[in-house]
Amino acid sequence: MDNLMLDGGFADPVMQAQQGFRALMDALANPGTIQQLALGLTPPAPLTPELAAVLLTLCDHDTGVWLEPDLATEAVTGWLRFHIGSPLNVARDQAQFAVLRDSNTLQLNGFSLGTDIYPDRSTTVIVAVPALSGGDALVLKGPGIEHSVEISPLGLPGDFLEQWAENRAQFPRGVDLLLVADGAVIGLPRTTRISGKDA
Amino acid sequence: MSLIPSYNFAYLDEQTKRMIRRSILKAIAIPGYQVPFASREMPMPYGWGTGGVQVTAAIIGPSDVLKVIDQGADDTTNAVSIRAFFAKVANVATTTHTADATIIQTRHRIPERPLQAGQVLVYQVPIPEPLRFLEPRETETRKMHALEEYGLMHVKLYEDIAKHGQIATTYAYPVKVEGRYVMDPSPTPKFDNPKMHMSPALQLFGAGREMRIYAVPPFTEVVSLDFEDHPFEIQHFTQPCALCAATGVYLDEVILDDHGGHMFVCSDTDNCEERRAQGHRGHLSGEELEAAE
Ligand SMILES: [Zn+2]
Repeated sequence: MDNLMLDGGFADPVMQAQQGFRALMDALANPGTIQQLALGLTPPAPLTPELAAVLLTLCDHDTGVWLEPDLATEAVTGWLRFHIGSPLNVARDQAQFAVLRDSNTLQLNGFSLGTDIYPDRSTTVIVAVPALSGGDALVLKGPGIEHSVEISPLGLPGDFLEQWAENRAQFPRGVDLLLVADGAVIGLPRTTRISGKDA
Repeated sequence: MSLIPSYNFAYLDEQTKRMIRRSILKAIAIPGYQVPFASREMPMPYGWGTGGVQVTAAIIGPSDVLKVIDQGADDTTNAVSIRAFFAKVANVATTTHTADATIIQTRHRIPERPLQAGQVLVYQVPIPEPLRFLEPRETETRKMHALEEYGLMHVKLYEDIAKHGQIATTYAYPVKVEGRYVMDPSPTPKFDNPKMHMSPALQLFGAGREMRIYAVPPFTEVVSLDFEDHPFEIQHFTQPCALCAATGVYLDEVILDDHGGHMFVCSDTDNCEERRAQGHRGHLSGEELEAAE
């Protein structure tokens, strides 16, 4: 175990986890708003600081985490074992948290949707995108949004709207999505209705 | 002697906080659905709202300003103790002013002053399951929620109408959230139900003994159950607050003497004090009240 593995976590675990959680809570309670999630983490690449911030805030040995295969390098898995201690070898459809770096190939199906009786037992999908703005405009409506709100994240797959509509149709089952980039996060809970700007 | 406190920030250990935080996020994603959580023992009895205390402990940070109310009042033993608890274990600022608070923990009332975006209202909930009195078995109520089987609930309310000519439920009046889950708003008076609808504030509910967390995100539909021929109505008071003359607020009856003397005053003490500070006077305010005492 080298020092690189031990370094790069929270400098002040209690306060930074609280700060990270409030960002995530505000993001999911107010879908489409951009919440600051810059907590000074320096995880080994290709794990990004924002992905690491979500994991260190919410995960521990009680949470199964699925890593996109390209993310599951020895350096990353070693670092996560030290900092969160979560099982990292869980199946896609068993994961409480799923972590993806290649947003263009995002596939929402295959993760856990929860059950009709326990819809909370679904995967929270955390996706690093190239940027939270600069892409095509998406219009969001639903709980947490007074009228409607626009976001324009870069790097989502071409069929994202269809995938999301399919997820939305399973309600109350469904995955919840966190998009992260540039020290910030956007939350998309399963309740959010998303359409293209011209729709 | 070391002065390092023997408890963690906000009392709960970090693993417990993470578990509660994960439950809160799922609760927000499924408005009105009761997320199970592994409730912890708190240094106070269950009747003191340990569910609400755990939710507050999991979300609170050093820059928060906390208000705690009990039946609308900031100065009851319960409210004072919970406020003192967080002032000590989280070193947060506290307030009695609704407008200044970032987190408001409440037992049985929603403040009269409209809540704002960014505020969080944390409810202490004794019985989170609105279907419990119809069906004692947890496995069955879970199924009823899963299947949206809410017919029995309507039958119960309709029996009220048959018996009393109106829906007799005045507290914990059931609501439907975002057209899907029937939810217990906690034992608030039904007077407060409309305040939950499309509120700019985030509403979180914690039931300690029953180990549930549920949520209503900001700007979410909250509709009180009713019937076309018997629409939902809030309580109306025939007189204004005796101290501040407020109308359209929830009033408590206060007994003044042994001879049947009584008055109706604001349940929300902060709102009442603020109105009096602005110069509003009720018929028993000032000298008249002191004479009555
Ligand atoms: Zn008053």
